[in-house]
Amino acid sequence: MSEQRATLRPTVAIVGGGPAGLTAATTLRRLGIESVLVLEREQQAGGIPRNSDHTGYGVRDLRTVLTGPAYAERLVRQARDWRVDIRTASTVTDWADDRSLMVTSPEGRLRVDAQAVVLATGARERPRSARMVPGDRPSGVLTTGQLQNLVHGRHERSGGQVGVRAVVVGAELVSWSAVLTLREAGCATAMMTTEHQRAESYAAFTIPGRSLLRVPVSRRTRVTRIVGRERVEAVEVTRLDTGQSMTVPCDTVVFTGDWIPDGELARLRGLDMDRGSRAPLVDTALRTSLDGVFAAGNLLHPVDTADVAALDGRHVAAQVLAYLAAPSWPVEGTRLVAGEGFAWIAPGVVRLGDPPPARSRLLLWPTAHRSVARVVVRQDDAVLARRVLPWAASPGRVFRVPWGLLDKVDPSGGDVTVSLA
Amino acid sequence: MTTAVQVDVAVIGGGVVGCAVARELAGREVSVALIESRGDVGDATSKANTAILHTGFDAVPGSLESSMVRRGYALLSDYAAEIGIPVERTGAVLVAWAADELAALPGLADKAVRNGYDSCEVVDAAAVYAMVPALGPGALGGLVVPDESIICPWTTTLAYATEAQQRGALLLLGRRVTGVAVGTEATTISTTAGEVRAAWIVNAAGLGGDMVDRMLGHDRFTVVPRRGELLVFDKLARALVDRIVLPVPSAKGKGVLVSPTIFGNVMLGPTSENLVDRSDTSTSAEGFAFLTSKGRTIMPALLDEEVTASYAGLRAATEHSDYVVEVDPAQRYVLLGGIRSTGLTASMALAERACDLMEAAGLSLHVRAGVPPPPRMPNIGEAFPRPYQRVDLIEHDPEYGTIVCFCERVSRGEIRDALRSPIPPCDADGLRRRTRALMGRCQGFFCGAEVEAMLREQT
Repeated sequence: MSEQRATLRPTVAIVGGGPAGLTAATTLRRLGIESVLVLEREQQAGGIPRNSDHTGYGVRDLRTVLTGPAYAERLVRQARDWRVDIRTASTVTDWADDRSLMVTSPEGRLRVDAQAVVLATGARERPRSARMVPGDRPSGVLTTGQLQNLVHGRHERSGGQVGVRAVVVGAELVSWSAVLTLREAGCATAMMTTEHQRAESYAAFTIPGRSLLRVPVSRRTRVTRIVGRERVEAVEVTRLDTGQSMTVPCDTVVFTGDWIPDGELARLRGLDMDRGSRAPLVDTALRTSLDGVFAAGNLLHPVDTADVAALDGRHVAAQVLAYLAAPSWPVEGTRLVAGEGFAWIAPGVVRLGDPPPARSRLLLWPTAHRSVARVVVRQDDAVLARRVLPWAASPGRVFRVPWGLLDKVDPSGGDVTVSLA
Repeated sequence: MTTAVQVDVAVIGGGVVGCAVARELAGREVSVALIESRGDVGDATSKANTAILHTGFDAVPGSLESSMVRRGYALLSDYAAEIGIPVERTGAVLVAWAADELAALPGLADKAVRNGYDSCEVVDAAAVYAMVPALGPGALGGLVVPDESIICPWTTTLAYATEAQQRGALLLLGRRVTGVAVGTEATTISTTAGEVRAAWIVNAAGLGGDMVDRMLGHDRFTVVPRRGELLVFDKLARALVDRIVLPVPSAKGKGVLVSPTIFGNVMLGPTSENLVDRSDTSTSAEGFAFLTSKGRTIMPALLDEEVTASYAGLRAATEHSDYVVEVDPAQRYVLLGGIRSTGLTASMALAERACDLMEAAGLSLHVRAGVPPPPRMPNIGEAFPRPYQRVDLIEHDPEYGTIVCFCERVSRGEIRDALRSPIPPCDADGLRRRTRALMGRCQGFFCGAEVEAMLREQT
């Protein structure tokens, strides 16, 4: 194994200092765990909200409404007040052993041996290359994350990456967030494209968004080519139903949403993964397949809102506490499977005697829009539950299913499938 | 800068071959200038290839390419070890998927021997699957090539250029050659930024080699830009394949390969398509579809992983099957034309050959005494410890422990070093070739803004 300068021995090591990791750390301290270490690779803790300069953060976890940066700051302050050891600029690069991590930081190469590890590494947007959009490779092609870093981060000027006329790929909440950020940087959004028949974001945002920001949303379309040698000059937008394409002049393209978990550490240690979400597979106690290693936040459900990630952190803290008191790691369980209408479900394992999931909700990612969402739960060809939920299912945002729908699951039975009728 | 530059030898083209020639010449008793149209060395064809250090087992026996690749392999292997160019001797296995391909394997082994390489071995399907368990079904057998290696093409070009400069060569970047006039004593090369006068010129202009050749009144070859598109898969795919997986070559070319990269990814490609536009390095939907369908056959599990990057390179294909290397003593002119993807491996041998040709034509090229020791290039490959893993380095300078690009684990210290290096990058792409910053799976989601800020501060 790699050489190191020193070994830290916290009770719990948390990888990732975003809403989930920080909330887990603070909660563990509140519950009486003496030594809690948060490893954050960025220069500052706080996670994605640090660069999302709009309001709406903290509703479910802090019972207040804050901007992203204020929310991130609050979570960091809370953790510091509770004497959580937050180490920034500290990147976990690999594992030395189960529950043992190798870290690179300006202080050197460290080894962290913990009794329990919580992975809270979040998610990122799929960039253009992973979406395999062909064409030239000019500058001016961004993700929302990079755009917000450029405009809101410590880098006041965008260095020319943000132009004056953008095409935004996607029409979910994060896409509108990108439109706002672009506008702030003096860049108009010429068009938003979505492969869906309906815009993915909440109607409450889409309607004022469309009228106030005056951005046309082009439905059932896909960006199929990027044009421009040095700088983006245009994109080719193709209608999915007719195959007809048009050229939309622009100097900036922002690929938004299409989230993918940052699950590298989980993969490096061979943890069981969920094929649908590409996240580590967890049970309702947020245990992964590896003894003593938990996971929480948008690493598991890419992506839900920051406050839901934070509440995952609160949930996992209680489970870690129970594990530290009586270390045992169940292996068998009943698999939850995303059925028709869903791309993934989290958590993915239920077991007799385990707690209900965080907020007593199952989280699923819809693949199509349904104004009336009829949810069906099946196990071994028997329908266990069928219910119309009072909220729509829409691709681009997490769909929540009350835990109660799984009341009739037979823990000794086969896979449980949750689908949209 | 518009004042005329006067040197003994001018090398046209700052790709891997031109830089190797400039380095070699700069170690002799002549003054040298390297003229490159782009703002950086290795910024055209040399930056986008399959990055393989070839044994030359499958070359045309008796060809110049065969001897140059064979000699170049030995020279570059030694040079890489000395100067710190990342190389991994992964070996290769050529996989037969059809009966005729299987039947062709002994002939290929024999051809390898005629190319001076006798370590190839024909193996059965079980042995092939034992070597690469992730191969798709249907492999019938294979040919093992133990010494095929992967190499960093970016560090190679940069190392040559850096050493050339240290030995006193003038690097004239951002100057496109617009005309060449051969005089009795000196040749005048007109560029977009002034004239260069040189007694001798070496044409290593790659995709523009035929055009420069015509400026000198010749008509010997025409470059057809042959586009090769490649997909680079996530590092998490690296466990699937530990050696180069080659197809059996056919009349249509060398075909699609799967290879680990020196940076720890897995590469699938290239396509092969003749273009007209010599600057069109765009990727295409057709290319992607072709590669993914090939990949699904060769290694289905690879397609379950994310694509980290896609790119397209242009090979300088010509109507000739071999390199076009000639000297014109009257014009004091050496042509290194039609150098295809094997040029990376052959580069040092071609530099040697160019010097031999000039010497034979009367130019005195004594090895110069007191050349400075070669530089040590920063390691950006995965085969050796990277700065983020090195306790000694971080202790000495904490900047090597401050990771900026998380996906590729590039430290602030490495970016700083690249920006202050003798041949600094002029854009983000140049910085990527020197450090790997921004080339990872997030493509700038996390660090793009910070890396650009560092680049702007220093340039």
